[in-house]
Amino acid sequence: MNHLALIIQREYLTKVKNKSFIIMTILSPLIMMALVALVAYLSQLNNTKERTISILDKSALVQEVFEDTETTKFVVLEGMSLKEAKIASKESNYYGLLFIEDVNDIDTLSTRIKFFSEEPASLSIISDLENKLEEELTNLKMQEEGIDLVKIDASKVRVNIGQESFVGEKTSKVDSVVKLIFGGLAGYLLFMFIIIYGNMIMRSVIEEKTSRIIEVIISSVKPMQLMLGKIIGTSLAGITQFVIWIILGAVLMTGMSMIFGVELTQSNAAQQELIKQAMESPEVSMEIQNVLMAFYNLPIANLIMAFILFFVSGYLLYSSLYAAIGAAVDNETDTQQFMLPILMPLILAVYIGIFTVIEDPHGTVSTVFSFIPLTSPVVMLMRIPFGVPVWQQLLSLGILIGTFMLTVWFAAKVYRVGILMYGKKPSYKELYKWLKY
Amino acid sequence: MGSLLEAHAVSKKFGEHTALNKVSIAVPKGSIFGLLGPNGAGKTTLIRIINQITMPDTGHVTLDGQALQPHHIKDIGYLPEERGLYKSMKVGEQAMYLARLKGLSKSEAKERLLYWFDRLEIGDWWHKKIQELSKGMAQKVQFIVTVLHSPKLLIFDEPFSGFDPINANLIKDEILNLKAQGATVIFSTHRMESVEELCDHIALIHKSNKVLDGKLTDIKRQYRSHTYEVGIRAHNHDALQNELAQKFEVTPTNFKSLENDLMLNIKLSNGTTPNDLLGYLSNKGQVSHFVELIPSANDIFIEAVKKNS
Repeated sequence: MNHLALIIQREYLTKVKNKSFIIMTILSPLIMMALVALVAYLSQLNNTKERTISILDKSALVQEVFEDTETTKFVVLEGMSLKEAKIASKESNYYGLLFIEDVNDIDTLSTRIKFFSEEPASLSIISDLENKLEEELTNLKMQEEGIDLVKIDASKVRVNIGQESFVGEKTSKVDSVVKLIFGGLAGYLLFMFIIIYGNMIMRSVIEEKTSRIIEVIISSVKPMQLMLGKIIGTSLAGITQFVIWIILGAVLMTGMSMIFGVELTQSNAAQQELIKQAMESPEVSMEIQNVLMAFYNLPIANLIMAFILFFVSGYLLYSSLYAAIGAAVDNETDTQQFMLPILMPLILAVYIGIFTVIEDPHGTVSTVFSFIPLTSPVVMLMRIPFGVPVWQQLLSLGILIGTFMLTVWFAAKVYRVGILMYGKKPSYKELYKWLKY
Repeated sequence: MGSLLEAHAVSKKFGEHTALNKVSIAVPKGSIFGLLGPNGAGKTTLIRIINQITMPDTGHVTLDGQALQPHHIKDIGYLPEERGLYKSMKVGEQAMYLARLKGLSKSEAKERLLYWFDRLEIGDWWHKKIQELSKGMAQKVQFIVTVLHSPKLLIFDEPFSGFDPINANLIKDEILNLKAQGATVIFSTHRMESVEELCDHIALIHKSNKVLDGKLTDIKRQYRSHTYEVGIRAHNHDALQNELAQKFEVTPTNFKSLENDLMLNIKLSNGTTPNDLLGYLSNKGQVSHFVELIPSANDIFIEAVKKNS
């Protein structure tokens, strides 16, 4: 067996057999699931809390507007002064009191509405109340001005722009969302992968330095082989972990829906009926068709090819930098100064992906950053679902691979010198000098 | 006997710092070659060049007459001064890994490891993790891994550090045993008493330059000062010492006599033989002690370094 294969094998096996790695692999999906369940449970708990709001409407104009909902009940108080109403609301332990003054002029009235509560009321409740009042008062005012509400309702028009590219491909808003999810997922996956396993590579290089085994190893193999073996072995362990996560996640998901799903169908038969009705309505079925079309329209083959190529070269680019950092320092605390230049472009790439690509996937900013090598893997992966010309993809990939080779050369240099340097924390200047050794 | 390894005018610079300046050495086949020098002299750089870890700027190294090539790695066993093992790996596993990196097949590596583990009485460590072993125990494992693939050339950098005297002796015997089986050994150390015991040849590197090399006995002959340590019992020691000081070059000695004898170092000037001195002394009193001071490796080391500073 040749050296590289041996190194990959060792790196892979020691990672995979490591206890904390095993625990992480098994526990992470469980913890994630538990968190999701907890959040779901808590938000449900919050929703089911019932509030009662009392209304004292001196003008008697709007008190009939408020209808009880599942979470909020309204009680109309009558024949009380404000003072009495406050005391009554407090004694009855109401959430709050909505007070409307006795003013007939709607413009004045709209400025004289008050809400009293024990503690500052939640934003969503206030804006709910405001919305309802605004709607009702607007209607009242329109009536006052002699505008026919029925006619206004009848003359409302809904617009749905059908989008189509010049060559005739149909697109839609849904389409964009689906593409965004695909691109975002791919970009984010790469980002996570680089952070988690890049760090793992770095730690494993540092471990060889601190345990002083490095000189024994490189008297048998070339530093370049050792570095590549480390990167590949750790990445394979990473892929193994990811695959296990996905499988475990899927199993847990089905398990969860098996347990809770049954309950759901029983308790919410009415809701189910509602969904069924909605599905049959022409508007919703159009939407669903749109989603399916969006999937169908995705350049799947291109997407998979590009994902593999950009993922692999982007990951290798960053992991060789991580390996170089590991070689340059003696312990993990010294890595900080070198981590920043790595993390900055990575985080920048994710932000650009999230903000700019959504706004305009083929705009100047997204296009430029999908060529700059340190950001291109993430940004390009996010852009590709929106259809990027092949020449752009190839050019970006070419630049990326070129930079990758340059980085590996640089990393190998630093690695070769760094692994035998002990005791001092190198500066950037020194790293530059090492290149010439 | 020919040389197994030759370095020809090897130079290496790290930035502004010259680590080696045109150093040439020739290591005879089957010898134990002491590579000596103060800290930072460039020994480790030279050893790393021999191991192809670093490349020389100029000059070249040959092994068995061939310029060093990657395949020579399996002909060399190297025990570095800065050495360690993977902390969380089992002893057997990582010994296997290191052996296979040197090109041994799986079965061969296992067979040889079991032989050596047995020989050094560490057979029951196979499934232990390195972090459970003491430093000396880990050193034994490292020694085994170094010699396991029966290389032609063995390089030991401070092999005895971390060993207690019993195990140091054990390792020393193993090194001599390997030499007897035909291996050539380069031995780098600061411990001059082990140089004295083991080395046939030495080279001394000081401030990136080779300042001395050759057979240890030749070097000793070259550094002998024809000084004799003598002990004599006479009636009047002070008078005798004055008398001797006029005739010879006399210095006091550190040696303590058992009786209350006069102890002196006497350096013979040209043309005077030891017999002349002995004859002269025996007329003056009872000679209790008469021995030539042969320079120790330690003396030579210190003198050569001083001379070149």
